[in-house]
This record gives sequence, structure tokens and C-alpha cells, in this order.
Amino acid sequence: MNAKIKQAMATYKRSPFSFIMRLMLILSITFTVGMLAFILIYILAKGIPYLSPGLFSFNYTSENVSMMPSIITTLMMVGLSLIISLPFGIFTAVYLVEYAVKGSKVVEIIRLTTETLSGIPSIVYGLFGNIFFVTALGWKYSFLAGVMTISIMILPLIMRTTEEALIAVPDDWRQASFGLGAGNLRTVFKVVLPSAVPGILSGVILAIGRTVGETAALIYTLGTMAKIPNSLFSSGRTLALHMWVLSGEGLHINQAYATAVVLIVMVVGINALSGLVANKLQKR
Amino acid sequence: MNNQTKEKLARNIFFAFALSSILAVVLISVFIFAGGMPALKEIGVAEFVFGTKWKPTAATPYYGVASMIVGSLLITVGAVIIGVPVGIFSAVFLSSFCPGRLHRVINPAVNLLAGIPSVIYGFFGIIIIVPFVRNVFGGNGNSILAASILLGIMILPTIVSVSQSAIRAVPAAYYEGAVALGATKEQAVFKVVLPAAKSGVLAGVILGIGRSIGETMAVQMVAGNQPRITFDMTKGIRTMTTNIVLEMAEAADLHRSALIATGALLFLFILIINSMFFVLKRRMNSER
Repeated sequence: MNAKIKQAMATYKRSPFSFIMRLMLILSITFTVGMLAFILIYILAKGIPYLSPGLFSFNYTSENVSMMPSIITTLMMVGLSLIISLPFGIFTAVYLVEYAVKGSKVVEIIRLTTETLSGIPSIVYGLFGNIFFVTALGWKYSFLAGVMTISIMILPLIMRTTEEALIAVPDDWRQASFGLGAGNLRTVFKVVLPSAVPGILSGVILAIGRTVGETAALIYTLGTMAKIPNSLFSSGRTLALHMWVLSGEGLHINQAYATAVVLIVMVVGINALSGLVANKLQKR
Repeated sequence: MNNQTKEKLARNIFFAFALSSILAVVLISVFIFAGGMPALKEIGVAEFVFGTKWKPTAATPYYGVASMIVGSLLITVGAVIIGVPVGIFSAVFLSSFCPGRLHRVINPAVNLLAGIPSVIYGFFGIIIIVPFVRNVFGGNGNSILAASILLGIMILPTIVSVSQSAIRAVPAAYYEGAVALGATKEQAVFKVVLPAAKSGVLAGVILGIGRSIGETMAVQMVAGNQPRITFDMTKGIRTMTTNIVLEMAEAADLHRSALIATGALLFLFILIINSMFFVLKRRMNSER
């Protein structure tokens, strides 16, 4: 060990540039990881003591500022927007990989628009949702307007991961299926899609993460009503929105910390899940 | 229904679904640009873009978003100054200097940084960064600087992951050749490998810039949001994104249309940044 250090010292004496660079590398990665650790630990330490039963009561009042309705709304939002977005995302990917002529104009345009969609900021989605769903279609601030906005927003995520998963399915399998007399359609549903499930799943998890953390796209589509929406056309608020309202008011700072804890736990859980799926994918 | 018509039908159905992304982009563009049109017509494009006064509720209202364009750019430049060096160095560390075991811990941590919601960042900004700026640099803390620091952290994962894969894509022979010629590890990586990954790293930076210009909630929570032109980093400012979030609730008629026009302008900025990203990505792929 000592010899190693001595050798390193000799190298750095010969090249101070190397020493400075090594220092910058270590400082930078420490900053990056340290920031994450700091954010997580600080909020957890401040928030966990305030996780009271009142925060999980089913009825929101301005005293208990319960986050339960928003947790339920978040789950509903995740579920319904996936139901809408999944068929579009998966079928688009199926068309691109299994049917379309590679490099054709339509494929190019679809790819370009998908990439455009994935670059559009949340607030522009929110603005569009407000103009189109809330105002033009007259849905007002509603669960449905929020769901539709989110569905469009997560579409490119699901599409891209599904496409990658489909491309990764070996061509031999398709040919084997054709050789056994199966048509294109049968091959897609019985051979290609089932083996692409883990890849699609990783896209779904990414989409869930994005939905759970979303605020800017929802403020002017879903609204911020602090109750569970009782119909498609009533307003609500997701947990992230609830968090935003709480920290903006500044009246319930401790409860805001506690709410942040729950939000972080959700996001970390989703992230761990996606890591797990990614590992499974790599192992195959 | 025989098999052939079934196959044909399926193909058409898949095709119809595949058009959804085109439809979405067309709808979004049409409604946002059409929604901003009335304001642009009434105010005038030049007056809207270069006007420095934003007073939508005054007796003689002014609708100029120049201050917000400046705000978005200033905060983004600040975020780039903070986030880009740290991000690139982190990416170099992860791709060339990190032992495999450590990589399995740090890489997921960087991914998690990308997964943390904007509101959490914003909240963290309110409780830590704003007081920090207030105590160290003066002013009330809600400032360009606070937003820049926060965004600098937020764009880290984007820059790290894109740069990392660009650096990994450089053939090992580059590194080996440099070391064989007597370069130290640092010299080989920084003078040979990193320059070879230039386009990819730049693509990561541009993606980060796009995220930074488009970020809304975290900025709104720490930037002070005053619509004014200032270059004092400890003063508050408003961005294009936050202008929409702040005023959309009460806006009607011309005011509402002016806000949508702000969104259209933001959309335009993002489209330009994204096309730069695609060009670089394409160049990176063709270099290989």
C-alpha cells in the first residue's frame, strides 16, 4: 500500500495536472452524491417525527392537513393514465418495430414527434391541458383533464422503452414462429410481446415515477382541491401537488416535512423497483 | 374473417395507434400557438418579446416578457456554471476512475437524483438554499443565485448519465494508446478520451439546459418571481415558466392569451434546444 502511495506521489509530482484533475474528480463526485444524501437525510430527519396519524386520516381538514386523500388521488392518477397510455405506447412500438418499413418517412416522423414530446416541459403540457381539456372541451379542473394530460406526457416514455424491448427480442424467435405457421399478429402477441414484458415494465415504472412527482402539468388541469375526486369530472390533488400547496402556504411547515417524507419514500421505492427490473434484464 | 383480412386489420390498427404521437404534437402546437395569437396580434410581437414591463392588471396594462426571457437565461447560465463542471467530472469519475463495487452504489444514487420530484427540490431550496444565499450573499434569499444553485443540482443527473455513456462509447484503444505513450491516467482520460467524447458530452449539457429552461415548480419556489430585469444575482427574477404558473389561475381574455403566448415562446426555445440535441446525438452516432 505504502509503495503504491509513493508511486502515486511520484506521478503527481511529475504531472501536477493529474493531481488537480484527480482532486476535481473526487470533489465533484462527493458533491453529487453528498447532495443526494443531504437532501434525503435532512428531510427524513426533519419529517419522520411529524408523521402523525392525523396526516393519514381519510378526511382532509385545514387543521389536520391530511395527505391521505392526495395519496389515493395519486394512485388513481397513476392507474388510469397508465391504462390510457399503455395501449398507445405499446401499439406504436409494435408498429415501428414489427410492421413499419425501416427508415420510411412515417417512421421518421413518428420518431421525431415522440422525441419532441419527451422534450416538452411539464408546464407546457399543463398549459395545453388547460387550453384543450379544461377550456375547449369544457371539462373544467377535473380528474379526467389531469389524467389525459399525464397520459400524453408519459406516452413517449412507454413507447421508447417498449421499442427498445421489442428490438432486443431475437429475430430467430420471430422466424421460428413464422416457420410454425403463425401469422404476424399471432407472433406479436404470443412470442414478441411476452418476452418484452420486463422491458415494458421498466418503462411503466419510469412513467409511474414521473406521474407521482408531477406538479406543473397538473396544477391547471387537475386543480388543487383537497379531496378524493368522486367522479371523472371533479377536481383533486396528487401528493406532489399537496406538497407544493403546503410548502407555499408556509403555515404547516412540519406537516410539509412529513409529506415530503412520504413522497420521497414513494419515489425511492419506485426507483429501487426500476433498478431491480433493470438488473433482471441485464442478467438475461 | 379470414386470416389475411385479420392481419391487414391488425396492421391498420397498430398504424392508427402509432399516429397518436403525431396527433399529440400537432394538437399541442396548434392550441398553444393559436391560444397565444390574439395576444401577439393585439400587443404586437416586438412589443411582447422586447417589452420590459409586465403589468397585466394595471389600468394601462403592459405585456412585455423581456424580463422573463432574461430571467430564464440568467438562471440557466448560473445552473450551467454550477452543474456542468461538477456533472462532467462526476461522469468522468464514474466511467473511468470508479471501481466496479463503488459504481454499483453511486450510479443508482445519481439515477435517484433524477427521480426526485421538482417539489421536493423546491422545498429543499426553500429550507436550505434560500437561507444560505440570504446569510452568505445578502438580500432576502429568493434570488437568481438560489434558483441557479438548485437547478445546477437538478441538471446533474442528466449531464452525468448522458456524458457517462458518451465516454464509455470511446474505444478502449484511445486510452490504452495514450497510457502506452507514457501519459498518466488523468492525462489519458482528460486529453484523449474526453475530447473524443465531445459531441456526446455536449449533448448532455444541452439536454441539461433544456431541463433548466423548462423547469417550473422548483424555480417558482425559490426565485422570488419579480418580473424585472436585473443582473444582481442576489435579487429575485421571474422566468417564462413561472410566469404561467403564477398567473394562470386568475387570468382572463388578453391576459390569459399573453400567458399562453409566453408558453408558446418557451415552447419555441425548447424546440430549438431539442433540435440542437438531436443534431449532436446524430453526430455522435455517426462518429462511432
